[in-house]
Amino acid sequence: MKVIELLGWIPLFPFLGFLILVLAGDRFSKPLITWLGVGSVAVAAILVALIGAEFLNGTMEPYRMVLGVWMDVDDLSIPIGFYLDALSVTMLFVVTGVGFLIHVYSAGFMASDPGYASFSAYMNLFVSAMLVLVLADNLVLLYLGWEGVGLGSYLLIGFWYEDTNNGYAARKAFVMTRVGDTALLIGLFLLFTQLHTFDIQILMLRATSHWAPGALLPVAAATLLLGGALGKSAQLPLQSWLPDAMAGPTPVSALIHAATMVTAGVYLIARTNALFMMAPSVQFAVAVIGALTLLMSGCSALVQTDIKRILAYSTISQIGYMFLALGVGAWPSAIFHLLTHAFFKALLFLAAGAVIFCFHHEHNIFKMGGLRKAMPLAFWSFLIGSAALSALPFTSGFYSKHEILLAAFDASPGLWAAGCLGAIITGIYCFRLVFVVFFGRECPVIETRLGWQMSIPLVLLGALALFGGMLKIPLDSVFPVLFNNDPAFDLVAVITATAPLIGLSIAALFYLTGTFSAQRLVDFRVANQMRIFCFNGWGVDALYGALVVRPFKAIAKLNKNDAVDRAYTGIALLSRGGHLMASASQTGRIRWYVSSMALGTVVIIAIGLLS
Amino acid sequence: MNGIPMEHGLLLSVTLFVLGLIGVLARRNLIMILMSLEVMLNATGLAFIVAGARWGQADGQIMFLLILTLAAAEVGVGLGLVLQIFRRFHTLDADSLNGMKG
Repeated sequence: MKVIELLGWIPLFPFLGFLILVLAGDRFSKPLITWLGVGSVAVAAILVALIGAEFLNGTMEPYRMVLGVWMDVDDLSIPIGFYLDALSVTMLFVVTGVGFLIHVYSAGFMASDPGYASFSAYMNLFVSAMLVLVLADNLVLLYLGWEGVGLGSYLLIGFWYEDTNNGYAARKAFVMTRVGDTALLIGLFLLFTQLHTFDIQILMLRATSHWAPGALLPVAAATLLLGGALGKSAQLPLQSWLPDAMAGPTPVSALIHAATMVTAGVYLIARTNALFMMAPSVQFAVAVIGALTLLMSGCSALVQTDIKRILAYSTISQIGYMFLALGVGAWPSAIFHLLTHAFFKALLFLAAGAVIFCFHHEHNIFKMGGLRKAMPLAFWSFLIGSAALSALPFTSGFYSKHEILLAAFDASPGLWAAGCLGAIITGIYCFRLVFVVFFGRECPVIETRLGWQMSIPLVLLGALALFGGMLKIPLDSVFPVLFNNDPAFDLVAVITATAPLIGLSIAALFYLTGTFSAQRLVDFRVANQMRIFCFNGWGVDALYGALVVRPFKAIAKLNKNDAVDRAYTGIALLSRGGHLMASASQTGRIRWYVSSMALGTVVIIAIGLLS
Repeated sequence: MNGIPMEHGLLLSVTLFVLGLIGVLARRNLIMILMSLEVMLNATGLAFIVAGARWGQADGQIMFLLILTLAAAEVGVGLGLVLQIFRRFHTLDADSLNGMKG
């Protein structure tokens, strides 16, 4: 038996872990829960490593495996089928590899939490759903995984549900992504009614052969799929759920809201790239949305004070880069950035988690400071993560972002300029975070000891974030090659490479040397208003509040006594009235009864006589 | 043989019946109501006798015998109830005994 035939077991192990933990987890001891929760993902990661090695060393022919039939009605047949190609192998490595490290980390981070068993169960559920998502060979199975990760995200954002705000954040994330999911679902219906299959590969073939490029149908289908991707990947205009999703425990933010789930939209677009190439206008929209999102959320990240919200906005911004890459047709670069971003953003979140852990759930960066000496491991992790995030030369982020920006320049210098400006902003907010938290005035740390469960993932992810750029993922077999990456634009390349350094120096002038002061800037009224505007995420929440939430509430208030219910209430009122009338005639007086009987008899006889 | 025309007999019976009914409706004392009921029963009995005599059939008299027994039984039960009611409520006012009001 070949190793590759074990493919179907990969999502199964985390799912089994979820089932066991959710059914009986409360009765298990903590070490057993850890073994089950982390072990199931570890087994999946080992399987992925074996299968991935065999696949990459082989011919790299796409491998399809059908485990069974999910539903079979008339001409609709949906198999439970998995599809392995270079793209899904890459995603598998990210999900199980980073997922495993984060599971190990959370074994240390969440160990003292009373809900540890259900936390592990939900994490396993999430990993399982994510694996189904990336392995699915048809769009319906992909949608199953898509909703599964949404469920996992909901459960984990609201994990500390005793605080009502966390519950609201979870609901917000679920509802806002649901807006996109609905578009995706309608897109699936459209594709099926037009092309009569859900199988992604056949679908792409038929799309290219049946439709003319730029025609109405491919544009509509691509727009609907894009809607789903925007919701899941927190891009404009559905981005405002992600910063609030930071209400969840930090390992959750690292796994779901940085490394895996939020990149599902990127994966979806990359997976259906043929369809997007049939709709050039939509593809251009992807690039523009990406560019706008990366600038907007970068500005928001500049002014946040909550360490996790800074990272959340930076995640939105980095996914904006991926969308930019997808939009300009640099498919492999998008996936490459997805990979490196998973490394360095998971690293940053886990390091932030370590800091938060040691400050006993303090999130405000201005209440921290001088941690460099007290927490050397967190400091170095943060430094490496920030360097990679802002794409300083020779870190992993540099390679992927550089590719994206060069490809963007090929497509449109405007997009490239936006990307470079974004890179400067990224440099500023990254190192603002580093300088504020780890340099300057020293704050007393409550606790500095990290367990091995928390330090080892930091070290490994640090290595990946630093050297992940060396990984060469062979994605050429999946994507059409549109760009020749020959370094013809020397000046462009130099500017692209120096942009983050400019950002770094600005941050250093403001927050390290104190040459400039942010406080003095805020004293200007305009600057302060801009700060507040960016701080609130460009007022998107307020806008949706006014456009959607308030009208909805008003309608709900209007229809408080449900119009449909009125009919049923009417029936109840009628029988109640009849009852009152009937019981009013029962007076308890014999003489009243006798007279009504006599009267009745007279009436009946009269009727008998007269008729 | 019969000097009295049937109409007269029936008229008397109707008069007695209406008088009895008025008694049931107007009196409040339970005993008086029972007595009025007896009058009504006897008025019906009279109607049967008159009709039987008119057609020379024995059925009318048989029905009267039936009514007599019925009246006897009714009075027996009725007076028993009246006794019980008086013992329990110390009144025989039919209007104040309205505990079964719905």
